[in-house]
Amino acid sequence: MWSIVHKMGSPPWFYRFANGAIAWLLPIVLVALVVGCVWGLLVAPPDYRQGNSYRIIFIHVPAAVVALAGYYVMATAGLMSIVWKIKMADTAMRALAPVGAALTFVALVTGSIWGKPTWGAWWVWDARITSMLILLFLYLGVMALSEAFDNKAAAAKACAVLSLVGTVNIPIIYKSVDWWYSLHQPASIKFTGESAIDASMLYPLLLMIVAFYGLFALCVLLRMRTELLTTHRQTSWLRSELS
Amino acid sequence: MLPEAGAFLRYQGRRHLQVALRRPSDIVGPLIFFLMVITLFPIGLGPDPTVLAALAPGILWVVALLSSLVVSGRLFQADFEDGTLEQLVLSPHPLAISAMVEVLCHWLLSGVLLALASPAFAVLLNMPSRAIPVLMTSLALGTLCLSLIGAVAASLTVALRRGGVLLSLLSIPLTVPVLIFGTAAVREAALGYDPSSWLALLGALAAGGCVLAPFAIAAGLRISLEA
Repeated sequence: MWSIVHKMGSPPWFYRFANGAIAWLLPIVLVALVVGCVWGLLVAPPDYRQGNSYRIIFIHVPAAVVALAGYYVMATAGLMSIVWKIKMADTAMRALAPVGAALTFVALVTGSIWGKPTWGAWWVWDARITSMLILLFLYLGVMALSEAFDNKAAAAKACAVLSLVGTVNIPIIYKSVDWWYSLHQPASIKFTGESAIDASMLYPLLLMIVAFYGLFALCVLLRMRTELLTTHRQTSWLRSELS
Repeated sequence: MLPEAGAFLRYQGRRHLQVALRRPSDIVGPLIFFLMVITLFPIGLGPDPTVLAALAPGILWVVALLSSLVVSGRLFQADFEDGTLEQLVLSPHPLAISAMVEVLCHWLLSGVLLALASPAFAVLLNMPSRAIPVLMTSLALGTLCLSLIGAVAASLTVALRRGGVLLSLLSIPLTVPVLIFGTAAVREAALGYDPSSWLALLGALAAGGCVLAPFAIAAGLRISLEA
């Protein structure tokens, strides 16, 4: 298993892998997104309390789930960069931060749009929303730190330390904000036992979550491939690949 | 650890305190900043004592957080500029512990003083006096956490030219739990309830921070020096 991690650490191998992965990931993600959107936004029945305004859940929840998971992926990449000194992990971190930040922003904006008809306010300071806002700040901090250093290697190490510190803090932040205030609906998707959400809404939601994970992977791979193309443009292996 | 480690750490601590005490304005300055910003709140919100009393725990804590951000920026600056930091990194003594000594000395002269001076500011905001001991305790524990978090951010940004704003940007999300627990403790005490669970959580954050932060600070200092 470790051999694949070592292979991923080599820019030529990763470039070929990324090309292949993007080629088959792109159609799958597009299909999944279209099917999920049509199913969720058109086919699934309206909610008996919220009517049709609940449908933004099919974008809001997947974005939030992937944004939170993405931070841990970024922290893992940071760990690999610091501990095993894998240079591709630096590239991965630089690619992951903006994508994660964008997804967090999408989650916050769609949540705000959802909140207006249901709660009557564009913004409510409840536990989950505040935690997501702090997650956005953590992402922006990593992005700002990586831009601030002139030396790229030092920048990557600094971002790795910062994202690891943030990882330790995320459960603490989440729990503290939870205790501070909560009127957000408790989690409806449980993987053991019966969910509080009906199957006709659950399945499109799960499909959209999977589709968003795929979209996340696609965006990160595209960004990493672009960075490889710019950094390694003078190398012989890339020139032979492109010709 | 090396046998002369104890003497080394005592020397480090004495040096930090002596150098800091030679510039009283660096110690009193943040307290004056604290006072001035507290004064801005009644000016902005109106002088109604009941409103101020209700908002006092939050105001005091947020301003304490801002003061600690201002002060954290200076934490490693002087040592970085004159090369002492490089000597500390190169020395055989563990960098994590040297950094911890520096943060503790810094906290003694910033956070603890803030906690001791806080009753005066609480009176300005008409906070109930039964909450003042809890305010002092929560600020003492909380500013320790804030100093540790500020030190982690300072260690990552000390080598940067415009690291000041970035330091605040990095620290603030991490300080949210401290703020939440601190204000909850003071508010509960102001209402007459028992704040000990919130103070215990603050203590837990301080204890965890004391154990984990030095390693992050040492890593950050090494990264900054290599940049």
